[in-house]
Amino acid sequence: MSRAVIETLVWTALALGVIGVYLSWTAGRLDRLHSRMDAARAALDAQLVRRASVVLEVATSGVLDPASSIVLYEAAHGARQAEEEQREVAESELSQALRAVFADAAQVDLLKAAPGGEAAAEELAAAVRRVPMARRFHNDAVRAARALRRHRKVRWFRLAGHAPFPLAFEMDDEPPADLADRP
Amino acid sequence: MKIGIVCPYSWDVPGGVQFHIRDLAEHLIRLGHEVSVLAPADDETPLPPYVVSAGRAVPVPYNGSVARLNFGFLSAARVRRWLHDGVFDVIHIHEPASPSLGLLSCWAAQGPIVATFHTSNPRSRAMIAAYPILQPALEKISARIAVSEYARRTLVEHLGGDAVVIPNGVDVDFFAKAEANPDWSGQTLGFIGRIDEPRKGLPVLMAAFPKIVEACPDVRLLVAGRGDEEEAVASLPAELRARVEFLGMVSDEDKARLLRSVDVYVAPNTGGESFGIILVEALSAGAAVLASDLDAFAQVLDQGAAGELFANEDADALAAGAVALLRDPERRAELSARGSAHVRRFDWSTVGADILAVYETVTDGAAAVATDERVRLRTRLGLTRDPS
Repeated sequence: MSRAVIETLVWTALALGVIGVYLSWTAGRLDRLHSRMDAARAALDAQLVRRASVVLEVATSGVLDPASSIVLYEAAHGARQAEEEQREVAESELSQALRAVFADAAQVDLLKAAPGGEAAAEELAAAVRRVPMARRFHNDAVRAARALRRHRKVRWFRLAGHAPFPLAFEMDDEPPADLADRP
Repeated sequence: MKIGIVCPYSWDVPGGVQFHIRDLAEHLIRLGHEVSVLAPADDETPLPPYVVSAGRAVPVPYNGSVARLNFGFLSAARVRRWLHDGVFDVIHIHEPASPSLGLLSCWAAQGPIVATFHTSNPRSRAMIAAYPILQPALEKISARIAVSEYARRTLVEHLGGDAVVIPNGVDVDFFAKAEANPDWSGQTLGFIGRIDEPRKGLPVLMAAFPKIVEACPDVRLLVAGRGDEEEAVASLPAELRARVEFLGMVSDEDKARLLRSVDVYVAPNTGGESFGIILVEALSAGAAVLASDLDAFAQVLDQGAAGELFANEDADALAAGAVALLRDPERRAELSARGSAHVRRFDWSTVGADILAVYETVTDGAAAVATDERVRLRTRLGLTRDPS
């Protein structure tokens, strides 16, 4: 073989090596983003379930009037039982029910005045504050993963494998103002 | 919870970010958490027991001023050792986009990472150029915190994604319970900040001062902060210079007493503020506040409900606002009462609880923070390279 051919081969091998390292590094980046997204999704799930359970507890405690209790119970029950595709809608409905029931500051005071109500109100306030927080972190992770997955190098070399395309969690998570607001 | 906090700026140089980290660390320790702070510091500087030195910071021109930053091999190694020894449940990085310890930690760590963005610089060229380098490090952050709605907007604009807003904290009672100094009260205006830093706005106040004296002949101006005093009063007519008192650098206690004593606290800053902690401190002390209408200030002052705002860099508007407040004790009392109620949301008890909520959200079910091992990459590299 002539010297020129060997030189070309060496350069090609080197170039392939560099490209390989770069692709492998990108795959590692993507892998990390996927696991961050999974962790964020698990955290969001935990916060949503926690919110629904606190609401169920308040609804069945008999502190609130029967109409409010039924509205809250229905919404919380619906949110817990919802299928994956209906989840966003059911959780939004729970947010709306909470806003409707606690639209009046007097209702919040009523809850706080009941025995053990102070702690329940605090737990409920913490839950409604953390849901938007967890959702923001989740959707931020989704955005970062989507940005990388749309890149040419990832699509052409199928670096994402069979992982499903990441989807943001869209819902109405506005908390009731009188419950969640700071003094 | 085991918490690691990364401070990007020199611990021995006083600054907003450093104070914030110090107060946060001490607040968390009081609540019973294990906290370690990694910060650049000279080896001779005495450090609190919870601070680990990452070596000496090097002064580098960055972002329009000289910043003391940490970078290079040695710092990276220290970051790795700190992460390895700490076994933290969560690490909290401040200013992850500045080329210092924040960015190094982002590179070196994996696991639950929380980051707070303090500054809100307009989009810079360097930022755009550095974007592809920053992105792989920044996308490891599981939760972003912005210190104000304004800082959040710039963050979203620059880097995309989203962040939660948690303001900087203040120990409200420390200021509310400070003792007033009679020498500093009675028709007094207060100003705290670097004298020789034009962005802090002292020149605007100096331009307005003759008008204020004209309307309120007894008024005095108390200035606390580092800088050349002669130069600061150079623009004033000679007979007014005696009405400006310079207190130099003041201790935290004296700062609280000063804020407690003055009739009106003036914040004429012309820009570069992403939060305005000094306004929160002034409100905590019950001072009536007159501030320029920067986005960040308007937000702290509840769009003017907790303190008066004037058009930025407009000396006449400042003078008019100051005169109106000096002449109206009832309005001052009203602002003071409203400010004291409004400022409770910035107290460490509230802010600390919110930050802990963020920690708990990202650590729920996640493994502890570890160093980001590159071994896997090397093994893969062995497979990918052509067998030649």
